[in-house]
Amino acid sequence: MRGMSLIVQVMTGLLAGILLLYGGYIILHGHLTPGGGFAGGVLVAAALILVSLAFGAVEQVERREYILSSIFESSGGLLFLGLAVAGYLAADYFFRNAGLFYIGRPLELVSGGIIPLANIAIGLKVGAGLFAIFLALGASRFVMKE
Amino acid sequence: MEGRILPLFVAIPLAGAFLVPLLSKLWTRFADLIASITSALLLGVSVYGWLMVNAGGMPLHYWVGGWRIIGIAMWFDALTALIVLIINIVGFCASVYSIRYLDRYTGGRWKFFTLLLLLIAGLNGLAISGDLFNMFVFIEISAIASYALVAFGTEEEEVEAAFKYMVLGEVGGAVLLFGIALIYARASTLNLAHLSQVLAGFGRTPFYWFVIATLLIGFAIKMGMEPFHAWLADAHFSAPAPISAMLSGVFIKVTGVYAMSRLMFNVFGVSRAETPAFFNLLIAFGAVSMVLGGLLAYTQNDYKRLLAYSSISQIGYILVALGIGNFWGIAGALFHILAHALGKGTLFLASGSVERQTGTRNLEQLKGLEKTMPATTWSHILASFSMAGLPPFAGFFSKLFIIIGAIAARMYWLAFLAALFSAVTLGYLTKVVNMAFFVKQNSSVTSTREAPGLMVLAMLVLVVLTVAVGVGFRGVLDHLVGPAARVLLNGLEYARLVLGG
Repeated sequence: MRGMSLIVQVMTGLLAGILLLYGGYIILHGHLTPGGGFAGGVLVAAALILVSLAFGAVEQVERREYILSSIFESSGGLLFLGLAVAGYLAADYFFRNAGLFYIGRPLELVSGGIIPLANIAIGLKVGAGLFAIFLALGASRFVMKE
Repeated sequence: MEGRILPLFVAIPLAGAFLVPLLSKLWTRFADLIASITSALLLGVSVYGWLMVNAGGMPLHYWVGGWRIIGIAMWFDALTALIVLIINIVGFCASVYSIRYLDRYTGGRWKFFTLLLLLIAGLNGLAISGDLFNMFVFIEISAIASYALVAFGTEEEEVEAAFKYMVLGEVGGAVLLFGIALIYARASTLNLAHLSQVLAGFGRTPFYWFVIATLLIGFAIKMGMEPFHAWLADAHFSAPAPISAMLSGVFIKVTGVYAMSRLMFNVFGVSRAETPAFFNLLIAFGAVSMVLGGLLAYTQNDYKRLLAYSSISQIGYILVALGIGNFWGIAGALFHILAHALGKGTLFLASGSVERQTGTRNLEQLKGLEKTMPATTWSHILASFSMAGLPPFAGFFSKLFIIIGAIAARMYWLAFLAALFSAVTLGYLTKVVNMAFFVKQNSSVTSTREAPGLMVLAMLVLVVLTVAVGVGFRGVLDHLVGPAARVLLNGLEYARLVLGG
């Protein structure tokens, strides 16, 4: 994929970091404010897509990005399932939260037991998954071949 | 709590599906290993669940989070046991079979197994779900996995079939969602047991019939019933053979027939005595599917397309049997779901073996494979006999029960039609035997070798089960199909069991 003009690249450089930071914020504050894993994950993916559109990359790099995002996506899914199974193994209930994990004080960042962890897992899965979809659509040559 | 095993039906295949892409980066063969181990585990869990239900006589239940009624309900009774066993037997054979079958395709092994495990997860989740919206979600999980699997070969024809299937499948899904939204708007509950009590209070209003109509259309598309069958032949034809076996043997029956009968019998409380209109509708559409599917199958010259049309015909049998509505009819329908899953699974796997070894599925080019591929040939012949209803195979008893049911309900023409189309089934399946396996060759397309061992093993497992179910039909009827049929016949008893137990 070819990159875009210098103006776009400079603006993207300024924006992408803020977007990533904001995505992370939405994911981590999912249990306190509107948003959460899915919304934050979309923002993270948007930042990644913005960078790869503006700066472009050779096929080699795209292939590596694709493999990496597929790994992150699967780990997100596994982490989410792991949280569910942890509750199941400890107390017979899927996603058991109360009484099992450190709950913390309400309205603070570390609170809500497994909810923030679940948000992180979903954020990983959605962010990496959407980016992988973008790569697969834009670069179907090598994804199809693989 | 005895329902402790229920979440495993979804958790095990999901864990497998997420592990496959991770571990197959290290070693591609991990994909095969994980898929086979996961589906074997699932088969073990389903047998265990069946034994528990059979021994205790009481269904297993599980409320997610321990919240009754407002939480997600999972429910495992005799009917679920039957369906889950079918899913996981065919699922296991499909995963084992795929290991060598996928050699035909270059790469993408991990994608195939991830999607196959997601398909199994969706079907298992649908079978154990006791909640209307969760049923919809699981139907869509398995449907989306199957769209991608149909397009797995990425040839033009396959992508086209998958697209057509996706459009029609999603129309069906949208109609289902519409029906579910209507129910939720009026009844304010999605739990099946609670819903059935609320609906019983409404009476047989136009609203009741309208919701039944929308749901029926949605399920009819999913099961490929006759006026909605357009997607089925193309999708079954284009999918890789183990996926055709899953689609035809399991998918259309679980997302179509099982989900429909669970909702109609246990939630809407239809019964032959009170709502004959519903049953007559099933008989009418079932008979049309049976006749047209059978006749269309007769004219096909492609191995897999013939089997696909045959599936439509067999779905017709199942619908007719459900429509008869007495014990033998419903037991016959459920028995036929089992017999068809085993028999048609074998036939599709055999078609895959033939295609893999010879490179073609055109019956006019295939000749004399019996000499070089005896195991495939005999699997095909025995499964054909079962599908055509010859004793002592599984298919004989399912058709026998259906005919007994029809006679008991004084529908003699239906009994005659069912018997007649058994003969038609035998006709088109022996056509394959004759053209592909036995006629003396003077053709260039023939195979010199039998299919690889694992593929033969998967076919043999299904064939042995077909024979075993037929020979031991008494035990199967008493311990598996009979209790399942009684779950449907008892109708609204379901709610009392769920909420009381």
